[in-house]
Amino acid sequence: MTRSPLPIVASILAFLLTPLTAEAHRVWLLPSSTVLSGQDPWVTVDAAVSNDLFVFEHRPMRLDSLAVLGPKGEPIAVQNQATGQFRSTFDVQLKARGTYKIAIAGSGYSARYKLKGETRRWRGTKAELGAAIPSGAENVTLAKFHNRTEVFVTSGAPTPNALKPTGRGLEMKPITHPNDLFAGEPAVFQFLNDGKPAAGLDVEVVPGGIRYRNQLKAMKMTTDAEGRITVTWTEAGMYWIGASVRDDTRDADGAVSRSRYSVTLEVLPQ
Amino acid sequence: MRIILSAALGSLLAGPALAASIKAEVEIPRLSVAEYHKPYVGMWIERADHSVAANLAVWYDTDMRDDEGVKWLKDLRQWWRRIGRATEVPIDGVSGATRPPGTHDVSFEIGAKAISALPPGDYTFVIEAARELGGRELIRVPFQWPQRAKQSMNARGEHELGRVTVTIEP
Repeated sequence: MTRSPLPIVASILAFLLTPLTAEAHRVWLLPSSTVLSGQDPWVTVDAAVSNDLFVFEHRPMRLDSLAVLGPKGEPIAVQNQATGQFRSTFDVQLKARGTYKIAIAGSGYSARYKLKGETRRWRGTKAELGAAIPSGAENVTLAKFHNRTEVFVTSGAPTPNALKPTGRGLEMKPITHPNDLFAGEPAVFQFLNDGKPAAGLDVEVVPGGIRYRNQLKAMKMTTDAEGRITVTWTEAGMYWIGASVRDDTRDADGAVSRSRYSVTLEVLPQ
Repeated sequence: MRIILSAALGSLLAGPALAASIKAEVEIPRLSVAEYHKPYVGMWIERADHSVAANLAVWYDTDMRDDEGVKWLKDLRQWWRRIGRATEVPIDGVSGATRPPGTHDVSFEIGAKAISALPPGDYTFVIEAARELGGRELIRVPFQWPQRAKQSMNARGEHELGRVTVTIEP
């Protein structure tokens, strides 16, 4: 990553959405609270890409494609955005009661190829595809990507509207409400790829606080025919859940397909 | 045995004239800490499936400017989950100010506002306490309703609650 041959701007853009980085690191949002009481409460959220959970030690997430949906599914303004060396941060005020979805989602195309023996990467939109790959390029891999990182927060009673999946890329549809999770209780989540159940998908569930234990304690799960997993939380805390899909069938543009999803969930003590 | 019998007889004779009630004696322990805040306390009766049969009491900081005290109601995690998040405080006859260390007697009449009716069955009296800069504790006291005679049950907290005595009066 640090020895990228790309210009700086492109390399900054790259870590935002690149599957290469995402596969090597975990992408996450960390809210100050997920369950809130009181009048018009605030949450502040950190956004980072790192190995450690939930410690900022690698790169910030860019906030360009940050979107917050309110309890009625309406867009909510984000305040106080900033990006530092290791993390981005922003605030959201929850002026209406109910559940909010905070998501950084992006899609586009990426290419990897060799030119005169040197590996090169490209990233852009569908419209830019024509000029993406120079003549003489070899070992070309063109991929359409769709990446999504989410977190849910609730003021007052949990509501369902903001939980609705978009139908694009890999997503998690909560069956158990994501702000109603308690240690010792099972929770059910359904994974969808382009709106259809993602059966047989490998899902990783990792409790936060990795730095202070010797084993990762990741739960490796596989979705059933309906794309569902059932997680029984062994203890309270913040959990990271991640999954990715790859489809090597080439579309009309000759692109394979890659999609990644991650979500941070808070489990409360009984 | 005789005592129970006579108590049962007494309640039978008394009939509906005496209102059935659930009384709780709640000890809030005196803690030696640098900065002490009186705990938030929630009390309710739950059914076997954890659903709420009666919302008895919630003590929170009602004195703060701009009603800031409600911001920490969520720290009564189970109370918030079962009752608080779906209701607006203050709740008439249920909300009250936080109480200082000591023993506090509370009484809830069946047929009154908090417990409009309690069909026969297995229930649990739940009390939860959460303290700013401190911890949280939840105590469950199971009981059967109705009781033929007055019955008292004791429980003891270890951190945020002291002795809790629940008395069922038929």
